[in-house]
Amino acid sequence: MSTTAASTREPLLKVTNLKQYFPIKGGILSRPVNYVKAVDDISFEVYPGETLSIVGESGCGKSTTGRAILRLEDPTDGSVLFDGKDLLGLSKRKMRAVRKDIQVIFQDPFASLNPRQTVGRILEEALIILHNMSPKKRAERVAELLEQVGLRPEYASRFPHEFSGGQRQRIGIARALAANPKLIICDEAVSALDVSVQAQILNLLKKLQKEYSLTYLFISHDLGVVRHISDRVMVMYLGKIVEIGTKKEIFEHPKHPYTKALLSSIPEPDRKKKKERIILKGDVPSPIDPPSGCRFHTRCPLETEQCREIEPALENAGGDHQVACLYAE
Amino acid sequence: MNNEVVKETGTENIVKVSYSGVKWKQFIGLMKSLLKNKMAVFGGMIVGIYFFVALFAPWLAPYDPYEIDLLNKLQPPSMDHLMGTDDKGRDIFSRIIVGSRLSLAVGVISVLIGAFFGIILGLVSGYYGKWLDTLIMRFIDVLLAFPGILLALAIISALGPNLINVMIAVGIFSIPTFARIVRGSTLAEKKMEYVDAIKAMGASDVRILFVHILPNILSPIIVQGTLRLATAILTAAGLSFLGMGAQPPLPEWGAMLSNGRNFLWSAPHVATFPGLTIALIVMGFNLLGDGLRDVLDPRMKQ
Repeated sequence: MSTTAASTREPLLKVTNLKQYFPIKGGILSRPVNYVKAVDDISFEVYPGETLSIVGESGCGKSTTGRAILRLEDPTDGSVLFDGKDLLGLSKRKMRAVRKDIQVIFQDPFASLNPRQTVGRILEEALIILHNMSPKKRAERVAELLEQVGLRPEYASRFPHEFSGGQRQRIGIARALAANPKLIICDEAVSALDVSVQAQILNLLKKLQKEYSLTYLFISHDLGVVRHISDRVMVMYLGKIVEIGTKKEIFEHPKHPYTKALLSSIPEPDRKKKKERIILKGDVPSPIDPPSGCRFHTRCPLETEQCREIEPALENAGGDHQVACLYAE
Repeated sequence: MNNEVVKETGTENIVKVSYSGVKWKQFIGLMKSLLKNKMAVFGGMIVGIYFFVALFAPWLAPYDPYEIDLLNKLQPPSMDHLMGTDDKGRDIFSRIIVGSRLSLAVGVISVLIGAFFGIILGLVSGYYGKWLDTLIMRFIDVLLAFPGILLALAIISALGPNLINVMIAVGIFSIPTFARIVRGSTLAEKKMEYVDAIKAMGASDVRILFVHILPNILSPIIVQGTLRLATAILTAAGLSFLGMGAQPPLPEWGAMLSNGRNFLWSAPHVATFPGLTIALIVMGFNLLGDGLRDVLDPRMKQ
């Protein structure tokens, strides 16, 4: 997937100035006294057929971004253009019609399947909601879906608790596929699995992407996984995008000090190769009162007086690479 | 072409056949763990006997429960009249047997009324939250603020004393318990990822609530329903005892108990047997309910 070509195409998903503030209620009247700024004014695009990964540590707003696009939570502000339609402006009813194009795979394979329904029933449910199909057609499609994700069609009669984590995740993928989506949001889709199973699931996702020309928005904190699956990578810190670019650019020529620190945390298998590890000082500041200026300045090794005052905007750093840092090299 | 058709029916059969098989297996498993609980088995047997008696009452009763025989009034228990006769010479044993139909019907129907409205209010309140939740829960609080029997009395004085109104009254005062339990479970259940997944699929709220959330919170509802049956029967008997329920000559247990009050010294059996009957069924339902709770809903155990 060449990304220079991608940038000339129409984006499938265009997120503009997305903000998601959660109110903190207090006082007798339980009025909002303050807000958790989980996602604070981010804009990005996802092109058809690519995999864009969002990375960052816990609480940086990556999952919230996914949930906002799905409208599982209504964002505070911004717009989400999907296939030319503004999802945030749609009524509940119209949104329902668009939903089949955007599906989601969740992190916890134990919580994401209804424990009272058989696997067949779970997949059928998707077909009942989305497509008008005869029961016979549905059973056939369920068997087909199971085969596509590498499970045996007979498994349709079993309950989720009879499966391992990896198998359940496959069921979750089958459910997402049932809708014939264009975009799949993978919210930490492999984080809860063993490393060997992770690889299988990632390969399955890649295979399906090729077969159905799917687009993935891949949310993860695991850089190894991200390196394996992405075309482009977006790094988030405290509700802001700090850097976005092609996988190669981000992993080989990171420009933001936070990205560098993140990458230096990947263990190096070759012991002879000496690697400099950047240890960040302190903790992530609270998203309720984020630091002024650049949000990273409290922990940044390059921090100066200016960083505390000026909030850096995402600026072009060659090609598709964008960085939000005053001192980006 | 032919090949495809064969494959099609093949998969469908596998899906259908083993689906019911698995449900059955689950049920057997539940029954097995329930049978290990001795108290629950005891309670279940009591309840079972009562239901059996209610079902076959006309054939089991040795005498006509309405037949007045003033020559044989207030007879103590004997071989002819196992539990003696009341002040109008009617056979108490027969009356208790036929009365089981009334009491069980009142219990079951009023619990169904309470569960129906309680479940809907609880689901809506827990799922939608915000002002709707506040509104419904304040309404429930108002219902809870009345002592149960007082609320039932108030409703019956408004509607008039008869058994149908007892069912309505007891049903209404069962709503809060169901509503609260369902709301709490819904709050926990709606945060599960499978609900988000089905929402992302574009399912309607009605579908999410009744196809996905409700089956997952059924255990506490069943447990509560069983325990509630005991309270409902007791309350209905209490109302009849106060003359607000079944009217004479209906052989309702509470009414019989009330009638026996006048002869507590001269013929104690007239009040004793209906009283024991009520106590036994209430105990049966409570034991069964506690056992069911242990099996279905281990988290609720305290």
